[in-house]
Amino acid sequence: MSRVLVGVKRVIDYAVKIRVKPDKSGVVTEGVKHSMNPFDEIAVEEAVRMKEKKLASEVVAVSCGPAQAQETLRTALAMGADRAIHVEVAGAEYETLQPIHVAKILAKLSQDEKADIVIVGKQAIDDDSNQTAQMTAAILDWPQGTFASKVEKSDGGLTVTREIDGGLEVIKTKVPAVISADLRLNEPRYATLPNIMKAKKKPLKKITAKDLGIDLAPRIKVVSVEDPPVRQAGSVLPDVDTLVAKLKEGGHV
Amino acid sequence: MSQPHRQAVLHLYKTLLFMGRDWPQGYDLFRKRLHKVFTKNSEETDPEKIKVMIKHGEFVVKEIEALYKLKKYRTMKRRYYDESA
Repeated sequence: MSRVLVGVKRVIDYAVKIRVKPDKSGVVTEGVKHSMNPFDEIAVEEAVRMKEKKLASEVVAVSCGPAQAQETLRTALAMGADRAIHVEVAGAEYETLQPIHVAKILAKLSQDEKADIVIVGKQAIDDDSNQTAQMTAAILDWPQGTFASKVEKSDGGLTVTREIDGGLEVIKTKVPAVISADLRLNEPRYATLPNIMKAKKKPLKKITAKDLGIDLAPRIKVVSVEDPPVRQAGSVLPDVDTLVAKLKEGGHV
Repeated sequence: MSQPHRQAVLHLYKTLLFMGRDWPQGYDLFRKRLHKVFTKNSEETDPEKIKVMIKHGEFVVKEIEALYKLKKYRTMKRRYYDESA
């Protein structure tokens, strides 16, 4: 039986149209709907399924962020996590919070909580860094199974099917290990209203990075955040010859 | 006035309202439509018929859940996996 630690991030909801701040310092987050990172939902689901299959004894959800990160943790609890840890990082520190810091926090917590498996989403849909799982594994010196599309328990360890370019790779790891969830790992359940109500009674511990002895000094500086280029308008051509000429010009034929 | 299945109807209404918060065309539209449907059938007194309606409501809850899941999955797939072959 093992304890599973799941990292969840509160991000701008996937359905929201992102707007860049006029001063190019970031994106508008005030008054915008936020929800749990979809890949983290998959990670939570996988941990909860492990518990349901009696492969895990406890699921602990962790989130680093401002006070509202607790809502995301409640969602994780509603999905079936047993307890939650909120590592409060607010204000300017949160703006420069990077995967390296989160990885350090997760690594420290997995040692403190004696976790056997750490599961995180492969990346967050806001910064798309795709680094947290890898860095956490490196800091802990644990094996990693990234981009998992299937995780099975095999004698003394895990068999992880990974999504790689053009196919799948099957690896065996020992436990403890770090897993990052890919899109096809499972279909996350919907956090229903009664479960969200019940989740309010589950324990949620609040700590700070300082309690864990982790330095949150920024390692990078955001120079500029810009909108992606707008798609150029198409044009209607009078006949086939012009079309062919245009295609040749563009090097398509 | 006897109100058979009152609890179940209230529960269904609350569940649907809660789910409406994620409705793609907005919560307001969902809430108005939901209210209209429930008001329309509010005069029903036959317990059997109400039971059938609750069953239908529960089916709708499942459908909305499936819709949300599929919408999210497809969006993710399009954003991160489409190799536009």
